[in-house]
Amino acid sequence: MSAVRDVWRNLPLKAKIGTVLFAMFVLAAIIGPELAPYDPSYQNPDPALLMAQPSARHLLGTTQTGQDVLSQVLVGIRQTMLLAIVVGVFATAVSVIVGVTSAFLGGVWDELLSLVSNVFLVIPALPLLVLLLGYLSGKGQWPTIIVLSVLGWPWGARVVRAQTLMIRNRDFVAASRESGERTWRILAFEIIPNEVSLIAASFVNTVLYAIGASVALAFVGLTDLNSWSLGTILFWAQSNQALTLGAWWWFVPPGLAVALIGTSLVLLNSGIDELGSPRLRASRGAAKIAGHKIWGTDPTPVLAQLTADRSGIGEFLHSFSRDSLLDKTPAGGDLR
Amino acid sequence: MSEPVIVSEPAVVESAAAARGPLAMEAVGLNKVFKLGRSQVLHAVRDVSFNLYQGAVVALVGESGSGKSTVAKLLAGQERPSSGVIKLEGNAVNVRGDRAFRQYKSQVQYVFQDPFSSLNPVHTVGYTLTRPVKLHQQEVTDHEKAVTALLEQVRLTPAKQFVVKYPHELSGGQRQRVSFARALAARPTVLLADEPVSMLDVSIRLEMLNLLDDLRARLSLALLYITHDIASARYFADEVLVMYGGQIVERGPAEDVTQRPAHPYTQLLIASAPDPDNLGSVLKSGNVAVKTGAEKAGNIGPAATGCPFNNRCPFADDKCKRENPALQLVTPDRAAACWHLDVAAAPQA
Amino acid sequence: MRPILEISDLSVAYRAEGGDVRAVEHVDLTLNPGEVVGLCGESGSGKSTLAYGATRLLRPPALVTSGSVRYYGNRITHGGDPVDLLTMTHRELHAMRWREIAIVFQSAMNALNPVLRVQDQILDAVHAHLSMSKQEAREKAAGLLDLVGIPRGRLRAYPHELSGGMRQRVMIAMALAADPEVVIMDEPTTALDVVVQRDILSQIVELKERLGFAVLFITHDLSLLLELADRIAVMYAGRLLETGASGDIMREPAHPYTRGLLNSFPSLRGPRRDLAGIPGSPPDLRDPLPGCPFIPRCGFAVPACEAVDMTLEMVGGVKAVKGPIGHLTACPIVTPEMSQEGVLS
Repeated sequence: MSAVRDVWRNLPLKAKIGTVLFAMFVLAAIIGPELAPYDPSYQNPDPALLMAQPSARHLLGTTQTGQDVLSQVLVGIRQTMLLAIVVGVFATAVSVIVGVTSAFLGGVWDELLSLVSNVFLVIPALPLLVLLLGYLSGKGQWPTIIVLSVLGWPWGARVVRAQTLMIRNRDFVAASRESGERTWRILAFEIIPNEVSLIAASFVNTVLYAIGASVALAFVGLTDLNSWSLGTILFWAQSNQALTLGAWWWFVPPGLAVALIGTSLVLLNSGIDELGSPRLRASRGAAKIAGHKIWGTDPTPVLAQLTADRSGIGEFLHSFSRDSLLDKTPAGGDLR
Repeated sequence: MSEPVIVSEPAVVESAAAARGPLAMEAVGLNKVFKLGRSQVLHAVRDVSFNLYQGAVVALVGESGSGKSTVAKLLAGQERPSSGVIKLEGNAVNVRGDRAFRQYKSQVQYVFQDPFSSLNPVHTVGYTLTRPVKLHQQEVTDHEKAVTALLEQVRLTPAKQFVVKYPHELSGGQRQRVSFARALAARPTVLLADEPVSMLDVSIRLEMLNLLDDLRARLSLALLYITHDIASARYFADEVLVMYGGQIVERGPAEDVTQRPAHPYTQLLIASAPDPDNLGSVLKSGNVAVKTGAEKAGNIGPAATGCPFNNRCPFADDKCKRENPALQLVTPDRAAACWHLDVAAAPQA
Repeated sequence: MRPILEISDLSVAYRAEGGDVRAVEHVDLTLNPGEVVGLCGESGSGKSTLAYGATRLLRPPALVTSGSVRYYGNRITHGGDPVDLLTMTHRELHAMRWREIAIVFQSAMNALNPVLRVQDQILDAVHAHLSMSKQEAREKAAGLLDLVGIPRGRLRAYPHELSGGMRQRVMIAMALAADPEVVIMDEPTTALDVVVQRDILSQIVELKERLGFAVLFITHDLSLLLELADRIAVMYAGRLLETGASGDIMREPAHPYTRGLLNSFPSLRGPRRDLAGIPGSPPDLRDPLPGCPFIPRCGFAVPACEAVDMTLEMVGGVKAVKGPIGHLTACPIVTPEMSQEGVLS
């Protein structure tokens, strides 16, 4: 527990923001649909409530057919998050297994698995999705999940493979062999734990990709129109000319939700490196020295100069006004 | 002057290490050839034979590229010899298959050189040591106690403090001790230490070597000490084998080989080592072997035909360029592979 | 004669939440033109921090907390007052680097970019700090390789095609490209075999004689310094414990730590002695104990050692002045006559 607290304390601000934001969306995904005031598919017949602006009864307004946008968005968040996380888990799991195995075993296995990855890399998503949607119509988001998972793992596999190739040659792997460890244990307990930050980053990226891809596919209609994902809402909004008609409440909330989820993931990723490496965890020092912000490219700060001088930016600008070093500089001196 | 008899078989030498204890391991005629692709081969180890005895230290001394690490890897079972036999307690060794390999590992352990990469950075010391205990000391149920005992053996006390540490929290010397402990968990008879102190500060090396010596004595280990520092070999080993270009070029008791080196390469090594007792002697010296050998150091590898040292040796002649000498007896417990042992032995100008 | 680099009262700390780590504490070190000064210390003694702190190369959270680093090179000062590196701006420092003070980094062999040819890397350095035409620069690069004894044909090679010793020599050649007055070498021969090491050291000596630069040679191997350096400074836990001519240090080491270091080398010549080395490990710099940092490992420590203020005093008192190069020690308790040869208790 204290390890978690330590990690939290040392995360950069943007990663903290990302984590909190993402957590909020996870919360929304869990309890949101319970809080939704209406069934998202319910079409209110009252003509005054068609494409209606946000009001007390419909906090985010209504669609063209009288459906409550807020309810749709709340359900949509859950649907989209679920889809994205399932794709993330599946694709990451496959990419890790393929990447680590091909790198560690090398030789024929590496050739074979790399070939398979490359094949999957180039399969185009759209035709596959159209095909599956035809086959599995009515199965909710499963076609999309399958397509995105199946097409989403090769990239991660290549990255994991590259990392594993580097780790494989390190002495501690050979030392495990010396101790008599079995191969699968070496892969699972010696190699993969060193790749945790990479795998976590890969997972986050895959989730991001899944969100983006599913929304984009849904937007062009390649989605199960019976389920309410954020992409579906956007599809309906677009096909009913919400933009032209100025019904901003219809497309802004779902679009914003997608953007925010994506942003939170990107911000979260920046803190992920620290999870995997005990050494990085320990060494996050202050880049603020004696009240001044010091960049890595600045010369080592000198205490006497910091307290005497103007701040970093002033100093930087000031340095352009000086002549070259051939001017005499009194020792220990005055920079004016 | 009579020509020395051309010896085609390497001379059999009485090992100075044999006095310490029974025979533990034999390497007989080991060869290792690496294919470098495009029909280029590297004959990394040529016809290397020697024995390891319980309670004795045999040092394998040479530059990088001399083949000494490859020899260690062959003995460790990490590589298979292209030809030649390794015998453990009289029986030929076979490490094909996982089970045979693991069985072999419970008798022969290898310690890595680099303390900064031989411990997994994501595991604590406790985990790193518990694994080999579980694998090799299967009758033991109290793993904590076994790990504590190992840490005490390598003098990392209080053990409780070290068990929870990660490698990055330890100094180089401490990490290397953990590596030793890990090897000892398998309760081996033979310990192959590949440059165990080269990456440590000079001031710590002595402590580590003394620790190894202590472990050797207490556990009757047969220790193979691989190094490029011949001074530490003199201090630590019973027998010294000098390698160059994949071959053993000189062997004998540590004191004799370092005080009265017979082979010109050994003479170069001795002369190149820093001599705290003689300031600036080598840098300003006129020592012929040193000058010629040193000038070409790093630019020229071992020669392809004849004696591997012939392109750096001040005494080389046509015969040296044509024929590769085998080890010839100098005394019953010393041998050197050189056609001109009498000339090389003469005092330098 | 003026020194070429004068480090006075330099202190460097690493800011951290648990308390500052005082890596270097009040160190005085002077380098004269053409001289080789050896800085000897274990890992963690602060020797690299000293060199990089003095040249302002350390990144945050490092902070220079006291002192001055005065440079007297004539190209900059024209015989006038020295300039203080600690007061310089980024631009001024850039002008100093490579041209006045050059550094050969630790693990220099890994400091070469593996995807660039040797020639390109040398040219990079030349163009960054000197202005000359491409043709002149190429000729200069070739000349530099000649200087360190590498065949010109190797210009087109990649670093991995060169041996360790050759890569090290390329690094040294690059450092000499702008004809600096001071070359700082941080553990240049650590990972090399003893024969190659010998070769590189002779090369350094020869170049120094020819080009006239001063060398600050940092290493943990005192035996190298005894052969190579004119003067030696022994560092421990951020402080200098002893300084003096290498001959004095070797024959009459004054500080118990130096004595312990000298006792750590198995020698090849002379009788085979039993060696003890120095037991224990260096202290935690976050929590310095009062007085001399060497107390926990010192065989001669007495309660009075906790009150020692670590200033360097002449060995043997004021009366024992040995020529222009003083032999100084921070230990007021032990004298060379007092400590015995051999094992420390």
